[in-house]
Amino acid sequence: MSPTTDLDVREGVDRETVETVANMGSYKYGWDTEIEMEYAPKGINEDIVRLISQRNEEPEWMLDWRLKAFRRWQQMSLPKWAMLDIPEIDFQDQYYYARPKSMAEKPKSLDEVDPKLLATYEKLGIPLKEQMILAGVEGAEETPADARKVAVDAVFDSVSVGTTFKAELAKAGIIFCPISEAIREHPELVQKYLGSVVPQGDNFYSALNSAVFSDGSFVYIPPGVRSPMELSTYFRINAENTGQFERTLIIADKGSYVSYLEGCTAPKRDTAQLHAAVVEIVILEDAEVKYSTVQNWFPGDEDGKGGIYNFVTKRADCREDRAKVMWTQVETGSAITWKYPSCILRGDESQGEFYSIAIANNRQQADTGTKMLHLGKNTRSRIVSKGISAGRAQNTYRGRVAIHPKATHSRNYTQCDSLLIGDKCGAHTVPYIEVKNASSRVEHEATTSKVDDDQLFYCRQRGIGEEEAIALIVNGFAKEVLQALPMEFAMEAQSLVAISLEGSVG
Amino acid sequence: MSEAAVKTRAAEADALTQRLDALTLPEAGFTAAARADALARLRAMGLPHPRDEYWRFTDPRPFNAPLPQPIPLEETSPDSPLFTDRDRLVLVFVDGRFDAAASSDLALDGAEIDILSQAETRADHWAGALYGKLEAAGQTPVPRPFAALNTAVAADGVLIRVTGKPAKPVHIIHRRASAEADVSWHHLIRLEPGAELTLLETGMVGARSNGVTEVDLAPGARLNRIAAKRAGHQKLGFSGIFARVDAEAAFKNFELSVNGTLMRHEAVVEFVGDDAVAHVAAAVLGDGRTGPFHHDDTVFVTHGAERCESRQVFKKVLKNGAVGVFQGKILVKPGAQKTDGYQISQALLLDDDSQFLGKPELEIYADDVQCSHGSTTGAIDETALFYLRSRGVPKSRAIVLMILSFLADALAEVEDESLREDIAERLDAWLTRHA
Repeated sequence: MSPTTDLDVREGVDRETVETVANMGSYKYGWDTEIEMEYAPKGINEDIVRLISQRNEEPEWMLDWRLKAFRRWQQMSLPKWAMLDIPEIDFQDQYYYARPKSMAEKPKSLDEVDPKLLATYEKLGIPLKEQMILAGVEGAEETPADARKVAVDAVFDSVSVGTTFKAELAKAGIIFCPISEAIREHPELVQKYLGSVVPQGDNFYSALNSAVFSDGSFVYIPPGVRSPMELSTYFRINAENTGQFERTLIIADKGSYVSYLEGCTAPKRDTAQLHAAVVEIVILEDAEVKYSTVQNWFPGDEDGKGGIYNFVTKRADCREDRAKVMWTQVETGSAITWKYPSCILRGDESQGEFYSIAIANNRQQADTGTKMLHLGKNTRSRIVSKGISAGRAQNTYRGRVAIHPKATHSRNYTQCDSLLIGDKCGAHTVPYIEVKNASSRVEHEATTSKVDDDQLFYCRQRGIGEEEAIALIVNGFAKEVLQALPMEFAMEAQSLVAISLEGSVG
Repeated sequence: MSEAAVKTRAAEADALTQRLDALTLPEAGFTAAARADALARLRAMGLPHPRDEYWRFTDPRPFNAPLPQPIPLEETSPDSPLFTDRDRLVLVFVDGRFDAAASSDLALDGAEIDILSQAETRADHWAGALYGKLEAAGQTPVPRPFAALNTAVAADGVLIRVTGKPAKPVHIIHRRASAEADVSWHHLIRLEPGAELTLLETGMVGARSNGVTEVDLAPGARLNRIAAKRAGHQKLGFSGIFARVDAEAAFKNFELSVNGTLMRHEAVVEFVGDDAVAHVAAAVLGDGRTGPFHHDDTVFVTHGAERCESRQVFKKVLKNGAVGVFQGKILVKPGAQKTDGYQISQALLLDDDSQFLGKPELEIYADDVQCSHGSTTGAIDETALFYLRSRGVPKSRAIVLMILSFLADALAEVEDESLREDIAERLDAWLTRHA
């Protein structure tokens, strides 16, 4: 039976149209790269942890740190509080390390990288040649060359295959490299900050990640430096039955600024794959970090087969006064999303912002939101979350705003809106509000509604097809968040919103 | 399971046994089966633990203790002056036991009133089909052990079946007679199709209290319930309301709470027929000056039918270290189209020692709905205060006026104007005393 035949079709929509659209298969990045891979043996144990550490040529302290995390992980149990129906995961039935064979000998520059790998990123629209610009940006040709530079760290399964603009960034004193390299070359920074925002035992998945993370990006922006270009990491899962565990560490020293982008895709496969990343951001006095994500992991097919389990811990620590962080996320992919990019507002007058669009279609499940922990005086936070559910998906906003007794004169504003398309999906809101002093103000607003019939009628009347009209209305609904994205991402996100909702009518 | 966890489990089981052993189960009657069932359910679910998600903001352990701390009786008159100047049918409960001498005659046109302890021995009673049923239905998806405990052991209560529109309200008054009373009562209110009733409940309850009210509204019925129980200082109280609202029926519930060391009010409302209305509101005043104050309102509204309207309005005024908690949920089941669900929780913190903890939730499985919630926490608006003072209103009076205006939305949920005025006067007096 076709997955759509038992859905209620809105009046006036041809069933055939709905079926065609449903069967179109809208995930653009579902192909895989045929490349010879090298795997660590399946499963996880201390030997695997040692092996990953050894492959990355890590110093002793790093191995000890990993083993400590691994032992901690063994004592922990799976978090069960999210509104997610997670099939049992056999942590021994997957690979924890996979790298292309050609990467055994580290290529000295991008020219030495296997052309197949480069072709993969080219096909994804990710520029690994420094003269290239991000594909798909309308009007980019007219922008001066300097303004559209984006430095990219490309991670393929367990390893980073290359980082662009390293030399140019180094001139400004910025360190942008794979974290495996940072562990070897900047141990003082890594040792000081790794695990200082997300401790090893923070949660089940952060402990697992701490034990087996293979690569990821490392960024250090020195005092007073404004990054001359946007930095980005592109994650690609290619190998089957392989989990990706990347670790990102960003340190913005006093008075610095960086805008960081993150993108991700994976091939279509019948079996679900695990992705458990940790992102830590340390922001010192007067520094500012913008972190934008467009998450487009393979969401599984219409019946919920396959897809990525995206269990991610992201946290920013505004460690000193007037530090500022802004999280923007567009979550369209993944079969299951469990993700709460959070802000610790420790410094006085520090600021945290969280803008999110989460779209769940077909059988996708998303439980995502943020935590704003106000510890310093005069701290401010703002949360804007837009959840869209379609098909048979379940979409939950979960957030926590805590104002501590000493965080006087603090301010939080939260707005979370949900939109339901179709009567088989669900939209949920689970906010926690804890206010422990009188001089602070906290406001929380949430609404749930459906696509407005009048708006839809108006579009249809003007000859806009139903799906296109819905995409238009949804883009309008999510505008506040889309506007917070850097330009390169805003374009991509906008079209992603339309793609993710394909087949949702009815 | 680790050894420590096994030990904790065993200790918890012990606590439950101790708690239950300390109670006397009433003689069997038409409630016997329901009581046995509730006890079995309670043993299966166990008592709540501070780690339980549903108790994350309120420590349940004082409720778990086998016996409460004795609290000396008040020297002043225990009766609340609220609603006493009107014609009403009065039912007095002393330490949770019905006091016939102090009460009115039970005859009321359009209603049938019985007392649980007196009627219980009868084999057939209309309440037999209902007792404990709504409480049991309200146990999913979240267990409510203290409500199950109540069904099992409640000593007394009132059974009201309304068939018409009684001319006067029924007024339940609680009084205290002993310092150590651990009181539990269980009321059952059934309104037949088209029936109407106003139910008032006031007074002073025991050192620890557990009250459950089951409300069953047939199509087109209307119940207005106003409760203003005085907990007094240092007391513990749990209360649960379980309402089943059928088509075109209306349930309006308002609670006024002042003081009490640890209060937990649970309201569970389920719409089972289309076009029905339910409003659940509360005004809470907490002053920690006379002892700790922790007040928890936990609400769960389930929309299981079409075109129903629910409103939750909760306002809390907190000072001197008082803690206010609000956990509210709107669940819209698949097919409950055209639902209109609204929820607002607001706290006014009068000093830096006080706290507001909230979890306003939505869980929605139908697309053609309008659901919203809002929650705000903050201090008195200095600009408005300045305005009033510049008009010659003394500061303390200006603050009282602003608090009253903050509480007005909750109070507006009381439909009857004269009842609303009585409550406003009482609030004004309390605020002036505690200014």
